[in-house]
Amino acid sequence: MNARGFNVLGLVLVGVIGLAFMILTPRLAELDTVLDLTVYMIMAVLALSLALIWGYGGILCFGQSAFFGLGAYTYAIAMFNIGESTLPLLLAIILPAAFAALLGYFMFYGRISDVYLGVITLTVTLILFNSVNSTAGPEFHIGAARLGGFNGIPGIPPLNWPFDKATTIDLEGMFYLATGSLLLTYFGLRLLLASQFGRIIVGIRENERRAELLGYDPRAYKLATFTIGGALAGFAGCLFANWGNFVSPTIFGLAQSAQIIIWVIVGGRGTLIGPVIGCIGIQWLSAALGANQPSSGSDLWSKIFANAPLILGVILIAFVLLVPKGLVPMLADLGQSLLRRRRERAARGFEPQQAE
Amino acid sequence: MTAPLLQTRDLSMHFGGVKAVRNVDFTLAEGELRCLIGPNGAGKSTFFKMLTGQLEPTHGQVLFRGHDISRAHAHQIARLGIGIKTQVPSVFDGLSVRENIWLAASRLHSGERARRLVNEMLERVGLTDAAERLVGQLAHGQRQWVELGLVLSTDPDLILLDEPAAGMTHEEVLKTAELVREINRSKALIVVEHDMQFIRMIAKQVTVFNQGSVLVEDAVENIMRNPLVRDIYLGKQAAA
Amino acid sequence: MDLIALLAIQVLYAVASLALISVGLAIIFGMMRVINLAHGEFLMLGGYAAIVATSHGISIWIAMLVVAPIVVGLIGIVVERAIIRFLYGRMIDTMLATWGLSLFLVGLTTAIFGNTTVGISAPLGSIQIGAYRTSAYTLFVIAIAAIVLGGIFAVMRWTRLGLIARGTMQNANMAAALGVNPPRVYAITFGVGAALSGLAGAVLAPVSGVFPTIGVAYVAKSFITVIGGGAAILSGTVSASVLFGTINQIATFVTTPVFGEVALLAAAIVLIRLLPQGITGRFFRRGL
Repeated sequence: MNARGFNVLGLVLVGVIGLAFMILTPRLAELDTVLDLTVYMIMAVLALSLALIWGYGGILCFGQSAFFGLGAYTYAIAMFNIGESTLPLLLAIILPAAFAALLGYFMFYGRISDVYLGVITLTVTLILFNSVNSTAGPEFHIGAARLGGFNGIPGIPPLNWPFDKATTIDLEGMFYLATGSLLLTYFGLRLLLASQFGRIIVGIRENERRAELLGYDPRAYKLATFTIGGALAGFAGCLFANWGNFVSPTIFGLAQSAQIIIWVIVGGRGTLIGPVIGCIGIQWLSAALGANQPSSGSDLWSKIFANAPLILGVILIAFVLLVPKGLVPMLADLGQSLLRRRRERAARGFEPQQAE
Repeated sequence: MTAPLLQTRDLSMHFGGVKAVRNVDFTLAEGELRCLIGPNGAGKSTFFKMLTGQLEPTHGQVLFRGHDISRAHAHQIARLGIGIKTQVPSVFDGLSVRENIWLAASRLHSGERARRLVNEMLERVGLTDAAERLVGQLAHGQRQWVELGLVLSTDPDLILLDEPAAGMTHEEVLKTAELVREINRSKALIVVEHDMQFIRMIAKQVTVFNQGSVLVEDAVENIMRNPLVRDIYLGKQAAA
Repeated sequence: MDLIALLAIQVLYAVASLALISVGLAIIFGMMRVINLAHGEFLMLGGYAAIVATSHGISIWIAMLVVAPIVVGLIGIVVERAIIRFLYGRMIDTMLATWGLSLFLVGLTTAIFGNTTVGISAPLGSIQIGAYRTSAYTLFVIAIAAIVLGGIFAVMRWTRLGLIARGTMQNANMAAALGVNPPRVYAITFGVGAALSGLAGAVLAPVSGVFPTIGVAYVAKSFITVIGGGAAILSGTVSASVLFGTINQIATFVTTPVFGEVALLAAAIVLIRLLPQGITGRFFRRGL
């Protein structure tokens, strides 16, 4: 089977597994497992947003959590003011997208690249964190919504069926929404990347100068990519606010941004399924190690293994040094070289007769 | 009288204290093939960068068919019809040959037509067999042809070639010269080269650069015999 | 009148502390083009080193000015040999690996020291300026910053070590051909940068206390100071510190400390946008 065949097979597999997962899980699993899985799905959408921007677009964004947080906060604030969720959901996508467009314009049309992009995006998320974190008093509010500062915003009303305030989403519904969104995002991005736009942004990532000399304006393409990524992250943020009915400034924090980057690195830049796997894998690992529990344990196990920063740090260092391309590309390379060796061995099998 | 295809007026590029290009007046007619020679550091590549918008001139003008493109962006100039094959091949190493050419061709065409053009271009530069290979893994000469294929696919009216025969085997040099002559049947070209044999294979008019300005412009036979030109290549000071 | 003097001291203090926390990073970035995102944690480790030393009876001055730099300097050399040296030339990968290191160090110190803030009280008491009292320690920090910057200038300009370092920074191959050992220069440079960060962290420990995640507050500010400053190590750090420190302090004075931070961050973004090469990319280009 050739490369294209593998591609189609992969897509079909993802679709089938994804759909099966979506339909079967609520029937077979415990409620709190479904709850955990829901947030993994939501974070995977977030991972895909950075996979697009960085993995395919080559834009080093250290502050993807900024758009994630903006989406969550926008939904919460709009929801408290409007009471019906259709507009807040839309705003939670549009506002982060607009912010991404503004920031992107500022950066790309200023010819800022690489390292400096990382620094600026990092700084932006820090500004957001610092600002929102200090809005704790009752005087900080937008309409009916108190910003809450470091306390966060609790009791966020859930999404309802469009224009029907009474029918709100329940736990199971949240799972369907999150998983369905992940599948839609995955296939949507595959379509986008297979289109001319997708191929151009990969070209720009490979050699921006040459893309320019062929007549493509890299600034415009990067801006578009960055904006789409921001919109996706904002949407994930809205889902996140719904999942926990709570949002706090840590969503803008460096730790959150670091996690998103780690998912993409571990999973593999330049792929879509990689970051999804990296995200779900690492989230599951952190939970399994008990890292999400407050650090009450004083024994060695919880000090070392239930220690999310420690483990994540080691994983990140190990991957950068040893598996820089990420899991999925490494496995793909391995698979290819195994196949090649089999083919070579098969070809050599004929030689003795021909040599006569 | 129609404007020449390309004209520069008093074009200059200063980097801090270094005057890489000084007050260059240059004219190229539609469909003309000009060779640009000169020792290393004479300013030829910098000159090319100003023509393609990669550098903004310190002063002076670049006119393409009468339009001032001195301060235009590189991608705008590419769309107007100037293509460049750079000194160090600038291609998409992580993509296959076919994907490279497709990126170039698809700016002007789409779908089936683009795919047909890609196949034709692969034939033209002799890379049909290598079409699915990653460009980063090709030999130097082949990468140069990939770049030529990229440039030609955008159908520019003026093609700049910066050392197209560099690092090539004799076979490849012959093939490149033939390609250049074939391109010249419908397009204008400016070719920078050091390989005198290659130049004699393709050139009629030659412009000689030295220390950032035009030393002399003449037919190729006269240039070879010009003592000033020999001097700058052998390192002696050109007599005033 | 006293208010102006007070404000001037606070501005100087802001500039000095910004310069102090940034100069270690500036040396590492300026000399090796390495972006060390674990820089904040080096500062944090310096603070802990000083605190552990004082709790074992060592004088606070020695703990801050001797023990902390040595401990963190050694850690720096280990880090360079174990991680950084495999990633030269790969700037983004270095950023990522050092980010991993930062997470690791935060986790490690949380495991060892716990989550709470540990403090040492600021020595030297307070001084009177007209109608206001201010901590004399503030003046100490300003003095240390001046001494450190002056010391670096002296070493770079007038010693053989400084010359070797500058030469290697300009052209490693040439330096090697002249008998210098670039890997050793890199290890020592990274160690020196780490040591200076440890010193800064220790000196500032009495001001804010130390806890495992204090590095976060430092890393962003020192980063933007270094990148805003540009390629020249000293003049870049000094000019950027002056600019950002002043903006920070004045904004804090007029509004709130939080807004002061935000103003600093925002000013950095504007500066990088206007001067992508940093201040010394455009001005003071020949400076050290």
